[in-house]
This record gives sequence, C-alpha cells and structure tokens, in this order.
Amino acid sequence: MDIALLIEKVILISVVLGISLVTAMYTTLAERKIAGFLQDRYGPNRAGPFGILQPLADGVKLFTKEEIIPREANRFLFVLGPSLAMLMACVGTAVIPWGEELEIGGRTVSLQIADVNIGILYIFGVVALGVYGIMIGGWASNNKYSLLSAIRAASQNISYEISLGLSLIALLMVTGTLSLGEIVEQQRGFNWNIWYQPLGFILFLTCSFAETNRNPFDLVECETELVGGYHTEYSSMKLGFFLFAEYINIFVASAVMSTLYFGGYNFPGMDALAQAGVSQNWITLIGVGAMFVKVLLFIFFFIWVRWTVPRFRYDQLMKLGWNIMIPLAIANIVITGVVIWLTGN
Amino acid sequence: MLLQSSASSYLPILIQGIMALAFVGITMVITHLVGPKRRTIDKLTPFESGISSVGNARSPFSIKYFLVAILFVLFDVEVIFMYPWAVNFRELGGKGMIEMFVFMGMLLLGFFYVIRKGALDWEK
Repeated sequence: MDIALLIEKVILISVVLGISLVTAMYTTLAERKIAGFLQDRYGPNRAGPFGILQPLADGVKLFTKEEIIPREANRFLFVLGPSLAMLMACVGTAVIPWGEELEIGGRTVSLQIADVNIGILYIFGVVALGVYGIMIGGWASNNKYSLLSAIRAASQNISYEISLGLSLIALLMVTGTLSLGEIVEQQRGFNWNIWYQPLGFILFLTCSFAETNRNPFDLVECETELVGGYHTEYSSMKLGFFLFAEYINIFVASAVMSTLYFGGYNFPGMDALAQAGVSQNWITLIGVGAMFVKVLLFIFFFIWVRWTVPRFRYDQLMKLGWNIMIPLAIANIVITGVVIWLTGN
Repeated sequence: MLLQSSASSYLPILIQGIMALAFVGITMVITHLVGPKRRTIDKLTPFESGISSVGNARSPFSIKYFLVAILFVLFDVEVIFMYPWAVNFRELGGKGMIEMFVFMGMLLLGFFYVIRKGALDWEK
C-alpha cells in the first residue's frame, strides 16, 4: 500500500468517523424534536435557533459531570464496558460503500474504506461484539438492575442474531457474494434487492431493532422495571458513550439496510444521467446524497417507531424471536432457493 | 469468488480501529480530568431505588438465560455452515439445494424438539 493511498484512506476514515459522530449527535436532537412533534409539544428549543446547539450543550454537560465509580464495582471492567461499546460502534462503518469512485486530479478515489470479500461477516462480527460492552458494563457495576439488564441484553441480542443471520442467507443466495461493494454494484439503477427479498428485509429490519436495543425491543433499559438498565451506575462521558453508541449503531444499521436492500448509492435514472453527458464525479456525488437520504429516512423510521409502538413483555420478545422469526427466516430461505432454482438464473 | 482480498485490503480496517481507539481513549481521559471529584459514601453505594442496598448484586438468576445461550451456540454454528452454501448456491444447483434442505430439515427437527420441550417457555 503506497503512501498516497494511505493518506487517502486516513482522510476517508476521518470523514466517515466524523460524519457518523455528527449524525449520531443530531439523531439525539431529532429524536427529541420528533417526539415533541408526535406528542404535540415543542421539544428542545432553547440552545440556539430550533435547539440546534442542544447536542453540543449535552456533550459539554456530560464532559463536566462527576465521574462516579461505585465502591463495589470492578474498576477495570467498569471503564472497559462503555469504551468497548463505543469502539465497536465506531468500527462498523469500515466496509460500507458510501459512493462510487471519485476522480480527483487524475487519481481514482474509492468511497469505501475497505472492500473486503467478507464484508457482511465483518459487520456480523462487529454487531456480535457490541453486546460485550453492555454485558461487561452491566456486570462490573455490581448493581442488581444493571446485572438483570445486562443478562437481558445478552439474551435478546443472541436470540435475534440467529434470525439476522438466517435472513441474510436468503439475500446471499440472490447476490452470490459476501462483498458489500459487489452487492451494491449488482443493484445498479433501480434493480434493488428489496424487490427480490421483501420478507427477508422485514425480518432483517425487525432484527436490527432488537440488535440496537430500540423500542419496541428496549427491555434492556426498560425504565419501569430496571431504573436505567445497564447504565444505572454510570455518569459523565461513560454514560454518554453508552447512549451515544446506541445512536451510532442506529446509523450503522440504517446504512447496512440501505446498502443490502435499497441499493446503497444507486438511484433510478443514474444511467440516463451518464448518457446525457453528466460527468462521473457529479453522478458519484448525487449517489452519495441518495445514500444519505436513505440512511436518514431509516433513522427517522427508527425514531417514529419508538414513539408509536409500546414495549414488548420479555416473554413476548423471546417468543417472537424464537417461535416466529426463525421459522419465517427458514421458510424465506426455502422459498428463495426454490424460486431461483425454478427460474434457473 | 470474483473479488480476492489480500492482507493489505484489511489494513484500512486496522487504521480505523486504531483511530476509534484513540478517540475513545482520549475522551475517557478528558472526562476523567475535567469533572469534579467530591466522593461521599452514599454516592459510591450501588443504587437501589433510594433504600439502602441489600446483599451482593451478583446473585443467581433464572436458568432460562443459560439455556438460551447454549441454544444460540448450537444454532449460530448451523447458520455459519450455511454461508458458504448460500454464496455458491447457483453453482451447486438442484443437488446442492436438496442436500441443504435435508440438513435444514434435521435442524428444524431439533428446533421443534426444543420448542415442544418448553426450553423457551418463560412462564414455567
């Protein structure tokens, strides 16, 4: 790997990390604003016009709060928990293709940090590691609520990981590759995977709600039963990391869903634009814009569901995960297999 | 497979990991230095809804969680088996598909056994 490519990658990584952090920050504001709208009230509107400085104010506040480590907590694991949650949220974006190639001064710059041929497995691995942060943090706190919440989190995440994996298998049968770059290229124009995998998409969407611990699957921090859940004992930026990691995970999950099922940076009419003589750089930029519109729509959907649907009970959650999602996912694989085999392509 | 990945194509992932680690580490140190430190006994006691805490938090909990973990290990390994098959689905053709359906049938038999045994019945 030569030095120019290395610099290019470092810049791209900084931009992607920056965008994911800023998006997560403003998702917190969007959540409160949309909650306000849905409940017929204002939401935050004091810090700056329309409250746009609210996330910054929250960040400063979290930084300047006292850091409390309870007496009976395991100090090392207590710090490791939120760090791991944040770290795993930050590295998930590495294999997502954000756009086609850009031509800058004769150099072709790929807008994907790493196009590895096991892209989906990498994301799967990062998602699986994410639960360790919650588990370690909850156990290390030595608080009854935290421990119960951590066990619930682990149990919930591993249950939905099976259906997540199974719903992806049907998609892989259609695409025939694990590389996210190739999966997006196959969906050029309007040839999106959602048209071939509608049931698979619904299963994947449900599982991503469960994996990000969002309502209606937020039993992990179910306030009426568990106070604050796994972060009951946390304060200052350690608490901030747990909350923030959840929003970055929503961003990553939205990006993965856009990439796998909604064509990523592809948009209808991109070939017509190329024929009309629009330069490739402009098409790439419009593609990046299309990708972000899709991601933001998914984030809006996450928020919308949170303020619309009530929370499940724990046994209902497990019943949905095991008794309904897994058989449906296997049926989806069988249907996909038979259809591909009969149509012979 | 069309796309071949060498070790160098994983280097950007490593760089991103290091940068994320640096961000997390620096933030942790700053928040440790910036915040005030006024420790009292009550503040450092585990929170239990305002009443004084009773006993150790690390007490035994429902065996069901352990059962779920064991079943996860079993089923997730099966799911991983299916990945190479799914990627090469078109090359393997009808024979490969029927072989995999037999495998999935056996997996489902085990699955229904678990359900009928009530291993995931949270009410009992």
